[in-house]
Amino acid sequence: MKAPAFPGPADTALPRRAGVGFKPRHWPAIDRGDPDVGFFEVHAENYMGAGGPPHRMLESLRSRWPLSLHGVGLSIGGEGRLDSEHLMRLRQLIDRYQPAGFSEHLAWSSHGGIFYNDLLPLPYNAGTLSRVAAHIDQAQTALGRRLLLENPSAYIAFAEATMGEIEFLTDIAERTGCGLLLDVNNVYVSAVNQGFDAAAYLDAFPLHLVGKIHLAGHATETGPEGRRLLIDAHDRPMDDAVRALYARLVARTGPLPTLIEWDNAVPAFHMLLAEAEAADRIMRTAEAPRHAVAG
Amino acid sequence: MPSPAETEAAMAAALLDPAEPGPADARFAVHRNNVLVGLVDALGETFPAVRALVGEEFFRAAGAAFVRAHPPESPVLILWGGAFPDWIAAFPPAAGVPYLGDVARLEWAWTEAYNAAEATPLAAPALAAVPGERLPDMRLVLHPAVRLVASRFPVASLWADVTGRETGLRPELAQAETALVSRPYDVVSVRAIPTASAAFLSALAGGHTLGAAAAAGTAEPGFDLAAEITALFQAGLVAALATETPGVDHGPLG
Repeated sequence: MKAPAFPGPADTALPRRAGVGFKPRHWPAIDRGDPDVGFFEVHAENYMGAGGPPHRMLESLRSRWPLSLHGVGLSIGGEGRLDSEHLMRLRQLIDRYQPAGFSEHLAWSSHGGIFYNDLLPLPYNAGTLSRVAAHIDQAQTALGRRLLLENPSAYIAFAEATMGEIEFLTDIAERTGCGLLLDVNNVYVSAVNQGFDAAAYLDAFPLHLVGKIHLAGHATETGPEGRRLLIDAHDRPMDDAVRALYARLVARTGPLPTLIEWDNAVPAFHMLLAEAEAADRIMRTAEAPRHAVAG
Repeated sequence: MPSPAETEAAMAAALLDPAEPGPADARFAVHRNNVLVGLVDALGETFPAVRALVGEEFFRAAGAAFVRAHPPESPVLILWGGAFPDWIAAFPPAAGVPYLGDVARLEWAWTEAYNAAEATPLAAPALAAVPGERLPDMRLVLHPAVRLVASRFPVASLWADVTGRETGLRPELAQAETALVSRPYDVVSVRAIPTASAAFLSALAGGHTLGAAAAAGTAEPGFDLAAEITALFQAGLVAALATETPGVDHGPLG
């Protein structure tokens, strides 16, 4: 096996605090209020126009807070070749804004020249493992930095899967040197939808590879056969069950860069800030006993 | 057992085509819904005035038909939807709203202006430095955000009405308007301009010389060249002066 091009622990230049997803409609409140948040995260694809207000806002944001860049369109989990034009656009954005971190998804979103704007799942087996690893190698080389790969929300199950998600993610990270973005809400959504234990999943997760956490709210629907079906909707505060899983997690890891995602039914900025403050409090609580032991 | 490529192809085929079976797992409906709802929402963000004019229910149905006909080919969704104005103008159920295509064209021009490359608007003295006899051969390079949307309907007034930038006047549908869209700094501006100004500006936008553009403006009633040029610089619409490509320009009127 060849040595990873981007070795090293999953350290991150992002502060070990809570950050929030940036929405342009919040810019006046952010610009005036100068909020004390750890970082802002933006979706890379929203800043791929030539110029205009998006870049003007991002420049100002970047000069005042650490920035995390999150891609939603690279289709790393896809069967086809990575879109080299898209990689070039990402590279330009990274060169221009020098974000503290870049992350993408273990999913596909493009097929046959069409972009579906959804994070679509893939079966986990030896074939998809080498394909995803090759895509990450290519992306990390093109972007000149390591990326964090995010665990998806799962709805459907695949008969052809031969590996578990944790084994798959760990192997990918070992082969490519990439880090992992652990989305605790996605873990909970997948656990309910596919009938596994979210706490046990987190206990088994390779936490030393985690460079960032995502937290979000989900919707509850009724799926086939009347079973509970959770949807990764990002349209409300995080669920109590997700909050509890997060508290349990950071009690083990200590504080980690933690993003509050809220992309639909976006509330006033102070609501996002309140979610971030809640995550910061959970991290401080988790930290306290360690200090007591160390002191 | 299907190969990963077969699995993905079967899913992709079923995402926008209800006739395709897709995976056996009934929860695949979540992805079908995500794709359609997400793309129609993205379209609605780019075309809020069209959405308001036809109402949510009609927009969702029309949007779904458009998504199936013209799905995005790039993950840069902020730049997707350029085909929508012509498509909605020819969409038979929307035939009762004849100005819909033009309002959509204006919204697409707005999006292009919003995302256009930056350029520092030139100040008027730049032109004053040009010797008078050379002025007719000058080309005024317009700011990259400048767009003109000509319509046989009062497109700028309709747009202002629908998006809440009320003019206080009810648009008279029989009245034609050309909308000038620009963004010299960080705010997109949309306003209706007189026919003569529209003729002058379209000529400049088409790369014609100042002399040829002035001739195009003069062909319309009420044209005042000096006032047009002053207004052009004041609005920050000129990015550069060009003197290259000398020669005879017969102008847009031929």
